[in-house]
Amino acid sequence: MATTESVEAASSASPDGPEEIKGRSLSQIAWGRLKRDKTFIGSCIVLLIVLLVAIFAPFITGLIGVDPYSLDASAISSSGGKPNGPWGGASLDHPLGVEWGTGRDILARLLYGLRISLLIATTATILVVILGTLFGVISGYVRGFTDAAIGRFMDLILAFPFLLIVLALSGAMTQRLTDLGVPEGNASRITYLILVLGIFGWPYLARIVRGEVLSLREREFVESAIAMGASAPRIIFREILPNLWAPILVYATLLLPTYIAVEAALSFLGVGILPPEPSFGAMLSESVQFFQLVPSYLFIPGTVLVIVVVAFNLAGDSVRDALDPKAVK
Amino acid sequence: MAGYVVRRVLIMILLLLLLTMAVFFLFSLLPADVARLTCGKICTEQTLALNRARLGLDKSVFEQYWIFLTGLFFGRTFGEGPAAVVCDAPCLGYSFTRNEPVLDLIVDRLPPTIFLAMGAFVLFIIGGVGVGVYSALRRGRWQDKGVMGASLIGYSLPSFFIGLVAIYFIIIRWKLLPFPSYEPPWEDPVGFVQTMILPWVVLAILYAAFYTRLTRSQMLETLNEDYIRTARAKGLPERVVVRKHALRAGLTPIVTAAGLDLAGLLGGAIILETIFSLPGLGSLAVSAVLDPDLSILVGVTLVTATFIIVANLIVDLLYAVIDPRVRLS
Repeated sequence: MATTESVEAASSASPDGPEEIKGRSLSQIAWGRLKRDKTFIGSCIVLLIVLLVAIFAPFITGLIGVDPYSLDASAISSSGGKPNGPWGGASLDHPLGVEWGTGRDILARLLYGLRISLLIATTATILVVILGTLFGVISGYVRGFTDAAIGRFMDLILAFPFLLIVLALSGAMTQRLTDLGVPEGNASRITYLILVLGIFGWPYLARIVRGEVLSLREREFVESAIAMGASAPRIIFREILPNLWAPILVYATLLLPTYIAVEAALSFLGVGILPPEPSFGAMLSESVQFFQLVPSYLFIPGTVLVIVVVAFNLAGDSVRDALDPKAVK
Repeated sequence: MAGYVVRRVLIMILLLLLLTMAVFFLFSLLPADVARLTCGKICTEQTLALNRARLGLDKSVFEQYWIFLTGLFFGRTFGEGPAAVVCDAPCLGYSFTRNEPVLDLIVDRLPPTIFLAMGAFVLFIIGGVGVGVYSALRRGRWQDKGVMGASLIGYSLPSFFIGLVAIYFIIIRWKLLPFPSYEPPWEDPVGFVQTMILPWVVLAILYAAFYTRLTRSQMLETLNEDYIRTARAKGLPERVVVRKHALRAGLTPIVTAAGLDLAGLLGGAIILETIFSLPGLGSLAVSAVLDPDLSILVGVTLVTATFIIVANLIVDLLYAVIDPRVRLS
């Protein structure tokens, strides 16, 4: 599907034809489309800001003079711990207010939460891409019994209720990771989240890749490579993999925001990141007790979460449209 | 047709058996102490020892699985002597923290989950497919763009955030509804609707966004087909062209997604049940994670996975009904 256009475009560019006819590869066509897509540019700018803010979070918070962990007794009332002032005690010292009871700075917690969230979602997505491509290519290229076995194994994984199994395994698996030498607490919890998201996420991508490989295998350029006596690794890495990046890229850009939301949901349910380490889900879950009095506890992390997820989805949609040879724009 | 159904049912039974095995071994081979995981929050050495004996943890995993399997068909007894508990067939396990067979607990918690799933399902199918068709028929106009933008945001909203926002505005700020407290509809019909209406709408918004996009893209594809032009040329009213020709041909992927989504929801909408304090399967699972009570988790996982596998079969059989071009063989 993805290569048809590039092959046609390339063949139409004969060396002695008129100059204005130029062969363009799929990526050049897609890039041309994306550059003209205002939604894509806009969401990319948002994502770039988010990424920079997450990477330089310690620097930014240092500049403002806040940090996500230190308690500030002067910002909360000594009896009951209610933040002083409206909007959760928002002031010049604490632009977005402070936490109830501890006086920890909300802005700093938000930025650090963003870091963890992006770290988990990105690493898990990379894991899905690796596993999904690996099993998808094996399944589609080797076919036969291997394909059937991998297929049934994927059916089995897909039959598991995902959120439930993540919840169910969390306690025991984090303990296991600690036994294996991963530091206790959030390090093992983060590792668990990445592993479990990756392990239960790859079958969807593997199915897509397998379908692509099955059809690529029958194409002339693969047949000619086989006829020339190319080895299987050469065919897979040189002929097939370069044609797979489009569907994989589209899937990955749409998976990443899902994982950001899932991580937040798990922390919300109490199996994700533990305090004092900040995370979106935990901030939202803590907000429940106080949002009647301090609604900003709910709306600040929630809005940031939605903006990040929407920006990723918009960008992913644009990439998919741009890479679709059938799309007319 | 009959042969196909029989074969699919046999495969389904095999898959279910594999699934019980996968779930059982996944949980049994956990490096964590199973006795501890069935012991609840307050756990003494005696209870631990008792659970070890009751669950037969000294036996090999295969023996344990065999006992589990026979328990499923013929019932089983946990422990011996005065401490013995009898669990009638079909025995999914026994919760020592609540002193009840897991199946009874699940059956108890099933009604709220079923009501939530069915109500939301009706809303999001009618809403999602309806708006999707509307959007496709107005392709490129402002209505279409508005719907697409709204559905992308709806698709990106994390369920716990929008659930909490709904509680904040509708229950706390505007006091339009009382705080949710679940009563079965036969005891308090008004209270039932007042409690369910928000989770229904929230769930429906989240899912409808996906169905709007799916329906729209399916409709755009089928509306370009030659037979649509033929139908219009025959002088059929537009209503018939849209409903009988375009929508029906594009219905297959919608039915697939709907079947799997309904099955997933019947397994418990974990997050929304937690937020709206509905005593359903999802909140049973969450409390079992926090307790911890592994027996309940195994039971709920098995029941939910069974829903998904059965839904898969029903969807495949429905294809032939919806789309006469599909031949089952």
